[in-house]
Amino acid sequence: MKRWWVNGALYLGLMALALVFIAPILLMVAGSLKPDARVLIEAGSWRALLPDSVSLRNYGDVFSRVDFTRYLLNSLWITACVVVLGLVVNAMAGYAFARMQWRGRDLVFGLVLMILIIPLEAIAVPLFYQVTLWGWRDTYVVQIVPFIANAFSIYLFHTYFLGLPRELEEAARIDGAGVLRTFVSIIVPNARPAFASVAILTFLTQWGAFLWPLMVTSGEAVRPLPLGIAAFYTLPPLQWGDIFAFGVMMVAPVLLLFLVFQKWFVRGVAATGVKG
Amino acid sequence: MTRAAWLFAAPALLGLLLFVALPFVLAFVLAFTNLRLGSPLPLEFVGLEQFHRIFSDPAFLRALLNNAVFALVVVPVQTLLALGLALLLNRRLKGLALFRTLFFMPVVFPLSLVSVVWILIFAPGANGMMNAFLETVTLGAWQPRDFLHDPVLALPAIMLTSVWQGVGFQMVIILAGLQAIPGGLYEAAAIDGASRWRRFWHVTLPQLRNTLIFVVLVTTILAFRLFDQVQIMTQGGPRNATTTAMYEAVQAAFARQQVAKGAAITVVLFLIVLLVTVLQRRLVRQEREIA
Repeated sequence: MKRWWVNGALYLGLMALALVFIAPILLMVAGSLKPDARVLIEAGSWRALLPDSVSLRNYGDVFSRVDFTRYLLNSLWITACVVVLGLVVNAMAGYAFARMQWRGRDLVFGLVLMILIIPLEAIAVPLFYQVTLWGWRDTYVVQIVPFIANAFSIYLFHTYFLGLPRELEEAARIDGAGVLRTFVSIIVPNARPAFASVAILTFLTQWGAFLWPLMVTSGEAVRPLPLGIAAFYTLPPLQWGDIFAFGVMMVAPVLLLFLVFQKWFVRGVAATGVKG
Repeated sequence: MTRAAWLFAAPALLGLLLFVALPFVLAFVLAFTNLRLGSPLPLEFVGLEQFHRIFSDPAFLRALLNNAVFALVVVPVQTLLALGLALLLNRRLKGLALFRTLFFMPVVFPLSLVSVVWILIFAPGANGMMNAFLETVTLGAWQPRDFLHDPVLALPAIMLTSVWQGVGFQMVIILAGLQAIPGGLYEAAAIDGASRWRRFWHVTLPQLRNTLIFVVLVTTILAFRLFDQVQIMTQGGPRNATTTAMYEAVQAAFARQQVAKGAAITVVLFLIVLLVTVLQRRLVRQEREIA
């Protein structure tokens, strides 16, 4: 009898907490569906969290007021390049550090681990100066190339590859496979969780990237969605319905991926914690 | 084998060299020069002058203070909240996975979008969502405030926004830590007749120590990297109440072309990050020696 009561209280408490947590999301989704004026009028009541009319007008307005498609394509292109190239480059490096014997390996890996603690913020200004000298500003390249190699991704791959059984490679070697073939046909298929974790973490970081694109781009030609929403918010007249419609479309791809691949998102994030 | 290995590692190493190591070294070099983009003055080494300048700049000092206050408030609040949520969700009950999903959801939201949404939540007047909420829970005692233009409330508003977006990340890491604790330890404690509270205090917390240290480290460093929310929600205002080291660095290097000053600020930022990291490594190692 007591357990039932305890669990009931737990569920009720969790539901109240969950409501607080998703209130901003409900506000955004509901607001995107109602006339702009109503968003502000209802912002102070619980009705702000529920759509009182369902109209896609705001979504249409976004496309007529800014070049949303451009921002979206920019974000998709930049993110896809960083994720795919990053997986290849960092997995190969992680493999070299975890499973190959070579002189200088431990020293170089030590340096990679030291680089791991340098956040982008600490090098943003000189990197900005560097790419200015190279004439890289206002390009896709400047938003892609610097973020392909990633010390943390290398570290995650390294950890995962260390845990794979030796027999996998030995069997391949007896069959006469070279290093590259062993890697591609034996190691990669056996390391899917590592690839998923790295892909998801890279994707989240790149999709939300704000500071760096702000520094190195101007104008909307190559700017990604995060700069798009910041600019759209300051574009008069201030229309919250439109802003929220922009927001929904901006987060929808991530949210969709999250709901489908939730297990991998959670594992990817949990993997960052094993560092300690 | 060595040649193949170098070929495998080369692309990543080249990238790290060009886009992390090189600018990192450059930061230390530039910080000791007078470099300004488009300046007619010849480039020269000016020793510690940039550091002298930033540490006598009230805006930068305020920025460091804001970062520190942010860390001092957000780190304990967010860690405890994440720990609480993780403990609530770490049991075998139907439907808890759904709650984990809901609490984690804000993590996938880009900070730029989160900032814009919370601007509306913090809207001034009785019609603002936060104002209306506080008025309801205080039974009408709360007087509506303009949070983001209020010198006292602007920084807490940004803190709340950040906690909302980030706590799910910490929760998932702690949850993984909880699930890694061997069940045998709890059974042994239960056989010894340990109460729930004692089991938490003597089994859960010590086993979770490294995870918690890691979470605290990451949150502290995040506090010193704070930028997106400030840029979008307050532009450092009102009167520098929400400016941060990174906001000042970008203002210097980007808006005022003072690359050298911006570099000096990021060097200070790095030293803080380094200090926090070394501290964490120490704490973790200590524990390993005891165990």
